[in-house]
Amino acid sequence: MNVRLYVWQRATAALMAPLVLIHIAVIFYATRQNLTAADILSRTHGSIVWAAYYGIFVAAVSIHASIGVRNILAEWSPLSERRAGLFAVVVGMVLMLLGVHAIVALVVT
Amino acid sequence: MPETPSELSVSLWRGGEDGHYRTYIVPRRESQTVLDVVTFVQRHLDPTLSYRFACRVGVCGSCAMTVNGRPRWTCRTHVAKVAGSGRLQIGPLQNLAVIKDLTTDMEQFFQKWQQAKGVFAPSRTRNEAVAEIRPGTPARVAADAAIECINCGVCYAGCDTVRWNAAYLGPAALTRAWTLVNDERDAGNAARLQAISASGGCHACHSHQSCQELCPQALNPTAAIAGLKRRTAAAYLKGEIKANKG
Repeated sequence: MNVRLYVWQRATAALMAPLVLIHIAVIFYATRQNLTAADILSRTHGSIVWAAYYGIFVAAVSIHASIGVRNILAEWSPLSERRAGLFAVVVGMVLMLLGVHAIVALVVT
Repeated sequence: MPETPSELSVSLWRGGEDGHYRTYIVPRRESQTVLDVVTFVQRHLDPTLSYRFACRVGVCGSCAMTVNGRPRWTCRTHVAKVAGSGRLQIGPLQNLAVIKDLTTDMEQFFQKWQQAKGVFAPSRTRNEAVAEIRPGTPARVAADAAIECINCGVCYAGCDTVRWNAAYLGPAALTRAWTLVNDERDAGNAARLQAISASGGCHACHSHQSCQELCPQALNPTAAIAGLKRRTAAAYLKGEIKANKG
């Protein structure tokens, strides 16, 4: 890992720390209030705030996790750093796609 | 010597990388060090045994070996401390190529010192006045913290990251770099921070802290490496260094 990846991984970790806490708090709230899927969707539909919140979260997760996967592969697998990096880019893109798909379902459709 | 067995069963690594342990019986003595044991075998039982030592008082850093699975400086390790069962297994340091028996090839270890720019880069010539350094400044305190490294290689041999990543510079080289990064007289920091930010540099450290646990000089390389991570990240964000490939 070089200094650029290090900075990105630490910065996204710092960003995710409060986001994870809010996410967990929301889950607790939703279950305690016995909210149904329809209740939740009615609140998130068309909400720019929720779209921005989960949009930032998904971007941070995709970057953070793909750098981690790259490091693990570079250290533990026979893959070269370059190949591990390429594989990690694919992992990051898949995470991003899945995340964006979920946000669209939550906010738009 | 109350309650001390009169003999010690000692297994010593013999041969190169594909060698094996051979057992010797060595008389137990009071205040006996592990280096004393190895020396006894070489002088009285098998003169073909190869091992390294020089000062015998914990200054030179030559005699480190793996003692009962753990890297140690053998001249300052008492048998009574490590061989409670009356058995000793002594092998060459791990993470370094074995030359023969208990001697390892330290070239890679010292090359990484060079790679981490562990050499002092003077900022003044001999014609200028000697720099006035106050011992209490935070930078000098940080530099002094690791100045007593004796290059024994114990931290390098005990480092998991070195084992997994052959390019990793290791705790000793990075601690040396941290000492110089904090040395106000040194003028080589731009190149040094660049060198230790590459793949295999300080960011490869997982902070397992084995180096801190094992260092015979009670230094804290993990803290030094954490300092380098902070310093290089700040230098990168300020545009003082560039991200190396990898």
